[in-house]
Amino acid sequence: MTLIPEFQAHRVFVEPWTTELGSHGLMALVTFLVGATCGLIGNFLILRRMALVGDAISHSVLPGIALAFLITGSRGIGAMVLGAMVAAWLTHGLIELISRHSRLKQDAAIGIAFSTLFAIGVVLIAVFADKVDLDQDCVLNGELPMIPLEPPVRLGGWVLGPPPLLRLVGVLVVSLVLLVTFYKELLITSFDPGLAACLGIRVGAIHHGLMLWLAMVVVASFEAVGAILVIALLILPGATASLLTDRMVPRLAWTTVHAALSAISGMHLSVALDCSPAGATVVAGAGWFCVVWLFSPTEGLIPRAWCLRRGSVDSRLRSPELRQHNESP
Amino acid sequence: MGLGCAVLLASAFSAQAAKIGDLTQTRWTEQAWRFVTLSDPVVRYACLGTLLLGISCGLLGSFLVVRRMALLGDALSHAVLPGVALGFLWNLEKDPLAIFIGALLAGLAGSATVSILTRTTRLKEDTALGMVLASFFGLGLCLMSMFQRLPTGNKSGIETFLFGQAAALGPGDIQVMGAVTLVVVGLLGLGYKEFLLVSFDPGFARVLALPTVWFERLLVMLLAFAVVSALQAVGVVLVSAMLIIPAATASLLTDRFHRVLVWSSCLGMISGLSGAFLSFLGTRLPTGPFMVLSASLLFALALLFSPRQGIVPRWYRQRSQRVRIERENTLKAIYQVLESDGFASETITVAALTARRRLALAAVEAEIRSLVAVEFATASRDRVALTPSGWLRACAIVRNHRLWELYLTHAAQIAPDHVHDDAEKIEHVLGEAMVRELERRLPRIDTDPHGRPIPSLPASMAGAHLGAGGAGDRPVGYGGRT
Repeated sequence: MTLIPEFQAHRVFVEPWTTELGSHGLMALVTFLVGATCGLIGNFLILRRMALVGDAISHSVLPGIALAFLITGSRGIGAMVLGAMVAAWLTHGLIELISRHSRLKQDAAIGIAFSTLFAIGVVLIAVFADKVDLDQDCVLNGELPMIPLEPPVRLGGWVLGPPPLLRLVGVLVVSLVLLVTFYKELLITSFDPGLAACLGIRVGAIHHGLMLWLAMVVVASFEAVGAILVIALLILPGATASLLTDRMVPRLAWTTVHAALSAISGMHLSVALDCSPAGATVVAGAGWFCVVWLFSPTEGLIPRAWCLRRGSVDSRLRSPELRQHNESP
Repeated sequence: MGLGCAVLLASAFSAQAAKIGDLTQTRWTEQAWRFVTLSDPVVRYACLGTLLLGISCGLLGSFLVVRRMALLGDALSHAVLPGVALGFLWNLEKDPLAIFIGALLAGLAGSATVSILTRTTRLKEDTALGMVLASFFGLGLCLMSMFQRLPTGNKSGIETFLFGQAAALGPGDIQVMGAVTLVVVGLLGLGYKEFLLVSFDPGFARVLALPTVWFERLLVMLLAFAVVSALQAVGVVLVSAMLIIPAATASLLTDRFHRVLVWSSCLGMISGLSGAFLSFLGTRLPTGPFMVLSASLLFALALLFSPRQGIVPRWYRQRSQRVRIERENTLKAIYQVLESDGFASETITVAALTARRRLALAAVEAEIRSLVAVEFATASRDRVALTPSGWLRACAIVRNHRLWELYLTHAAQIAPDHVHDDAEKIEHVLGEAMVRELERRLPRIDTDPHGRPIPSLPASMAGAHLGAGGAGDRPVGYGGRT
């Protein structure tokens, strides 16, 4: 058996959409839903320079999820979300406690808080391995291949799909509703918290709400891609979109496009190489980011180098160095 | 080690603690005994490895924490995973040197990508770190899942690299770790002054024509060395915690950077050993999380009880200072009541004091009790009198207040009706040296701007109330603060 399976175009490109639609197609749909949901909130995390808070929360929900399993003995979504939200709040509180009451800065506080909670989670899972229906592999990789095997939910003759898929659809709908309802508030608090406070928007409440929303998204994604790769799907789509456009609404649209592209190409990659589907989705997403990084009309390395060689003033005005120079007071 | 002994002792009595032992084939008390006596080569390698890891991670982590680059350690440690997988693929077995080289290259590629991303795009550093962390880690997971399909894949122990297994350390690992620790200690020792300068004041370092960029690259390189050599024992996921937590704990314990380095490597060694011990009690327990939990426990203790920075000692100091200030305000009020009738009587009524303090009667009575407790006053049923020591301290505080008012009107040209509030604050913290300085600078120190006499003190008593430690006594601006 070789490391890389022989490449068969039919198996890689056709079968996932025909005979294997129920497994591979479904997996691609799940990763698309996760990517789109995470990408929406990820845009705001990037704007607020809280990308690593997303990282921290995605690690630290683990003990909450593990404890919920231990206490209820089942994979009830309610207990899991509750446990994870408590853990997310705890992380947030610990970060505040450490950075407020000691000379340590926020980065060290984030590092300490999430690694401690993650360690507690791993210890719980390792020590009570026989009682918890989670293993260390699931923590890292998620259980994407298991999702198509779960018995689908039926509603009066209609096959709706396996429960995790429905949960993800639910979370995506909730996220869209939240986004549409609080779009203005989110936008203003992200770009100019001072102005938001002047306008009477409660910046702190929006911040805490965002954290809760993040906890919900992370828990729903945990099952699909595991604790660590959530951070990839939180950041990659938003970062890619930010290289393509300056406006927020197109940015959100590009985020969804990126999520769809990485879900589909990741699925093909994982079929071709027979490797972990979650990992392949992330690799594909990073690949699409690299493509945009190189070729984006406004920000891409190659178009910019091309314009610079032609000596266009416009391109120099757009260079990040100059923009940073202009932004700094 | 102390933690280990405590667990060992507890095991003799507690029955419900045997939950960890449920998983083991051998009884965990026997495992503990095996660990403590170091009778087994596996145990000796594990101990040696975790000690070396503690030193190198502790030293480099201190630089990360003071430079606010803690999350670079996190990104770097996740980014090495594809390198580890490629190192395994090199000859399809666990070869410490191949894994070391692969992981080192991946780590350096990761940190280079972060710096290229932040330089050539609008993305901020945190986003770049998160992207590199996750993308490299995803690539590593892909490679690992491909690797596990090979017939040898499942037996190779590549999983132990995710969460760490100190018991899997072999002589080859120890050699690599020893060499890395030597290089780290040696280079940091040789260039200590330069590293310190570059970390604390890069601007000044550039003025001195030090190649700061190269020092930073060297630091990232050493960091990658330390992360990679620690992988087998703590695992990819949690190695950043072993960089950050001991160093953060150390920076809570001391101000001087060389002491931070020493503390941090000691704490790293302690948490490494206790993590190895705890994970050794069961058969399938990973080492990394236990190490991190020991380190976090030490951090929590330092955060709460560190003598200078700890939350509890600081709260206690603030509280005792508040009590002192309240006490001094009451003394001052008693003095003012005595002054208002021209020092005709030795005692004043509680009612007069209450009126002067503008507080509730119960609060004033509590303050009188507190003064009596430290023998500054004696109280009868409704009258209060100062003892000689209380009288001196009352004089000192009133003198501080009026000297400062005088100074503000005389030297700073502030109107006499604007100086009271400022003096009200400064009277509690004027040090002896400051009082001397005021006396020297002011032409006459008998009357304050409001026309009341400034009480004089015996020479030995000026500023003597500052026994509780005011800010004025402390040297200002000492170097090397972290």
